[in-house]
Amino acid sequence: MQHGSLITVEYQTVNYVSGPLIFVERPKEISFGETAQIILPDGEARTGQILDISEDVAVVQVFEGTRGIDSHVTTVRFTGQSPLLDVSYDMLGRVLDGVGRPRDGGPAIIPEARLDIAGMPINPYSRDKPAEFIQTGISAIDALNTLVRGQKLPIFSGAGLPANQLAAQIAKQAKVLGEGENFAVVFAAMGITYKEASFFMKEFEESGALERVVFFLNLADDPTIERIATPRCALTAAEFLAYTHNLHVLVILTDMTNYCDALREISTAREEIPGRRGYPGYMYTDLATIYERAGRIKGCTGSITQIPILTMPDDDITHPVPDLTGYITEGQIVLSRDLFRKGINPPIDALPCLSRLMNLGIGPGKTREDHRNVADQLYASYAYGRDLRRLVAIVGEEALSELDRNYLKFADHFEKRFISQGNVERSIETTLQVAWELFSLLPDEELKRIKQEYIDRYRTLIISGG
Amino acid sequence: MITGTIARISGPVITARNMTGSRMYDVVSVGRAALPGEIIRLEGDEAVIQVYEDTTGLMIHEPVENTGVPLSVELGPGLLASIYDGVQRPLPALYAKSGNYISRGIMVPGLDRERRWAFTPVKKPGDRVQTGDVLGTVQEFHLVHSIMVPPGVSGEIKTITSGEFTVTDVVCTLADGTEIPMLQRWPVRKGRPFVKRLDPEVPLLTGQRVFDTMFPLVKGGTAMIPGGFGTGKTVSEQTLAKWADTQVVVYIGCGERGNEMTDVLTEFPELTDPRTGYPLIERTIMIANTSNMPVAAREASIYTGITIAEYYRDMGIDVALLADSTSRWGEALREVSGRLEEMPGEEGYPAYLATRLAAFYERAGRVICAGSEEKTGSVTIIGAVSPPGGDFSEPITQNTLRIAGTFWALDANLAYRRHYPSVNWIRSYSLYLEDVEDWFSEKVARDWYQFRGRAMYILQKEIELQEIVQLVGPDALPDKEKVILEIAKIIREDFLQQSAYSDDDSFCPLEKQYWMLKIIIWYYDAIRAAMRRNVPLRQLLSIPARSEIARMKEQRDLERLKKLSDTVWEQTENLEVQTCSTAA
Ligand SMILES: Nc1ncnc2c1ncn2[C@@H]1O[C@H](COP(=O)(O)OP(=O)(O)O)[C@@H](O)[C@H]1O
Ligand SMILES: [Mg+2]
Repeated sequence: MQHGSLITVEYQTVNYVSGPLIFVERPKEISFGETAQIILPDGEARTGQILDISEDVAVVQVFEGTRGIDSHVTTVRFTGQSPLLDVSYDMLGRVLDGVGRPRDGGPAIIPEARLDIAGMPINPYSRDKPAEFIQTGISAIDALNTLVRGQKLPIFSGAGLPANQLAAQIAKQAKVLGEGENFAVVFAAMGITYKEASFFMKEFEESGALERVVFFLNLADDPTIERIATPRCALTAAEFLAYTHNLHVLVILTDMTNYCDALREISTAREEIPGRRGYPGYMYTDLATIYERAGRIKGCTGSITQIPILTMPDDDITHPVPDLTGYITEGQIVLSRDLFRKGINPPIDALPCLSRLMNLGIGPGKTREDHRNVADQLYASYAYGRDLRRLVAIVGEEALSELDRNYLKFADHFEKRFISQGNVERSIETTLQVAWELFSLLPDEELKRIKQEYIDRYRTLIISGG
Repeated sequence: MITGTIARISGPVITARNMTGSRMYDVVSVGRAALPGEIIRLEGDEAVIQVYEDTTGLMIHEPVENTGVPLSVELGPGLLASIYDGVQRPLPALYAKSGNYISRGIMVPGLDRERRWAFTPVKKPGDRVQTGDVLGTVQEFHLVHSIMVPPGVSGEIKTITSGEFTVTDVVCTLADGTEIPMLQRWPVRKGRPFVKRLDPEVPLLTGQRVFDTMFPLVKGGTAMIPGGFGTGKTVSEQTLAKWADTQVVVYIGCGERGNEMTDVLTEFPELTDPRTGYPLIERTIMIANTSNMPVAAREASIYTGITIAEYYRDMGIDVALLADSTSRWGEALREVSGRLEEMPGEEGYPAYLATRLAAFYERAGRVICAGSEEKTGSVTIIGAVSPPGGDFSEPITQNTLRIAGTFWALDANLAYRRHYPSVNWIRSYSLYLEDVEDWFSEKVARDWYQFRGRAMYILQKEIELQEIVQLVGPDALPDKEKVILEIAKIIREDFLQQSAYSDDDSFCPLEKQYWMLKIIIWYYDAIRAAMRRNVPLRQLLSIPARSEIARMKEQRDLERLKKLSDTVWEQTENLEVQTCSTAA
């Protein structure tokens, strides 16, 4: 982030410090949302942003934290501008810090443009419908919860579950069928460990994509409040690459739970009325200003696809962070500890997963005519099989009819053969093939979700072929 | 004009000083950027204002001008097929002025000032008219749009002219000099006047089996659709917007996704109204305040929508208003209230949440419209509710429950298994069942109510039996109870489930709904009759007609569907012959 240069007034009137906030007295001619430069007694310069102003006091959040700020010597200069980011095509291949300053020892970014990191709401009238199937090579996603270009599809993870591996695999394998690529990845880390960040770097390096990636890193030991700015900087860069340089940009944001915790910290310091679990009541709106920056715009060739990753505290999907996220994003991929323990990799729990844009990206000409039906049938049969597991736990397998025993088997095979695929990349054809193989466990009459003509066409294929 | 200065800025809420003389809900212009705002509290000479645009860049001491008028919408021809933001700025016009992103301080009127409409008077000079009387008509797409005497105006017509006019041209003058253009303004926070409220008696038909047959809604009624994320609120609202049998639909995207508005915008022009054959967009008005648009305008969007709905109602028209999601509206209220440092009620919502919700839903209704002609119109409100964590005990769900006549409870467990619409048939209810019973028995069939009741009974029984199965296993049940499980499954899968994306089934005419249910119940009766003759259940459950029942949804030919009811009986009776002959 940059500040304007015309600095007029300096204030030495910090009269109160609370958590990440400082309260500056008698401010004049300053505007809501503008950035401030805070000079500490030892000469260190920090960046802040105005959250509230009245005639008597301005409340400023300090991105790097308030440690060391005093009320005598510290000076505050207001810059007259909201937070801006220098952007350029040459950001590709660079590693930046959480607010966009080089972190890789390389030169400063020579800006092609200087953009407000808050972004502006896209006019719904200008949006273009996402429609292109992205093949991620992962069956649980491609067949059941298809990702479409311009979608925002988060991964709901739990502590210790392999969300990063999944995200990296998606980023490596993602392709739009039958098209040359003009892609970039913007990776925003919020409060993750160095180890996690370097895992991603290595993955990108191995796939030879490193020079197509921009990293914005705010790591676990970096200032907490900076995390408020990190996803916004990343999306500002992504928008520039997508809409000025016509790239298809995949944005990975991890970990949104850390972002939300930073938001909560500020809210607490402002003594706002806390909402659920202490998160502020406006968190929904705040998250929306991040997630809604995905999409496609009419007349632009580029696009922004988002894969935010978040950790569900206690694996609880009703926790405000996954809950509010799910209310904004266009579906979710949910990881399950049970499946992880069973050795299913990736441990995707299909039932609570959803891709709201799936229908736009599948079907004849995009994937295959039977795709929708196959997905619905897999869901219905797997859900039934899972119900039976519960029943079996009580009454034993003997009490089941033969058909129901087949359903149990179906559920097992679904997890072991369909969901679990390790590091193997599967084409959509292979994925559908595996699905039809599973259906051979069930009689025709049970395939109610599938049109008869597809059963005739694809089932025989399996039986004769397999 | 009252002009004050900004004394405090806190997100979307600002405080202005020297505002003495202002009234609550006056619209103000804030700062040099002239951002629109509305006064929401007065204290001494201070006014607290919610600003409909992002306040970034505003400074202390910038001017605040009171326009002296309350937040109002423009009403007249040209509303249909429009898409507006929360304060009735047409999004295409914003696009023309500021491109793909919505920038600030742009004022665009709600109705096109250039466009001319052919006005045909139905009154003549010398006629006495009063509020709500129709002066003449304008063809708006396929709707005959009545130009009415605005509320509060009456007198003798001096002149009235036919011809092509813009909405601001005067089409009629009264003897006292009052000039009446086609355009009216009305303050959004106040319901438009009508003569009398009527009891609901006509169902609002949606083509959705679980709604129409199981939990019907009425014209002029209220419905709520609560459900956690991904349970199908938006798809339900959009499905209702498509297929509701009203002449006008107002769709409010309140704090939800931008892409969902794009959906409506791209899909509706291509879909036709099954009853009229005209493109759906031509009866639809959209209000979009997406989740990333300014939060105060979200609060206003609901009122903008309902006022437009009332305006069409006043012409004697049935209007459906869909609000997705009222929770976002409530949250906007909470956010603003929080900034005002008001005493928070439950979960931080202001204490007046319940009153505001009730006041909004009260604006639904079937009424005798204002005016000396006999006109009845209705506004039906269908609000989605997004409870945090899917937990219905939260304030918005609970307060709406007290008001809404139909409760369509969406259920994440049904959605997980892709049972759509994921309406939980045990939890949901309609308080209008009795009101519409007569209508159904007259217009559909005498025994409609009876079949519906039996289906509900079977579904309820299924829950009880499943509990037993969980304890002792399915084999322990006697055949007569196993049948119930099987029939319940058929009701769930082959009747209740209805994909919004199916070409054949996304809209199901009422008569077809009736026959589908009737066939299922007849199948049940046929099985029971055959069982009394000792036909084994297994055989009864595998008659060929059963797979036809499973494909009823795809059957577009009603006459063929009706024949299935005979087939069911024949096939179960044939079985008896078979079993007898093999026994002989
Ligand atoms: N009636 C329906 N028919 C088919 N699919 C549905 C139906 N209702 C919901 N869905 C599926 O569920 C997804 C989520 O529905 P949506 O209405 O967006 O949920 P919500 O608004 O409650 O978060 C949709 O994208 C769609 O795939
Ligand atoms: Mg929704």
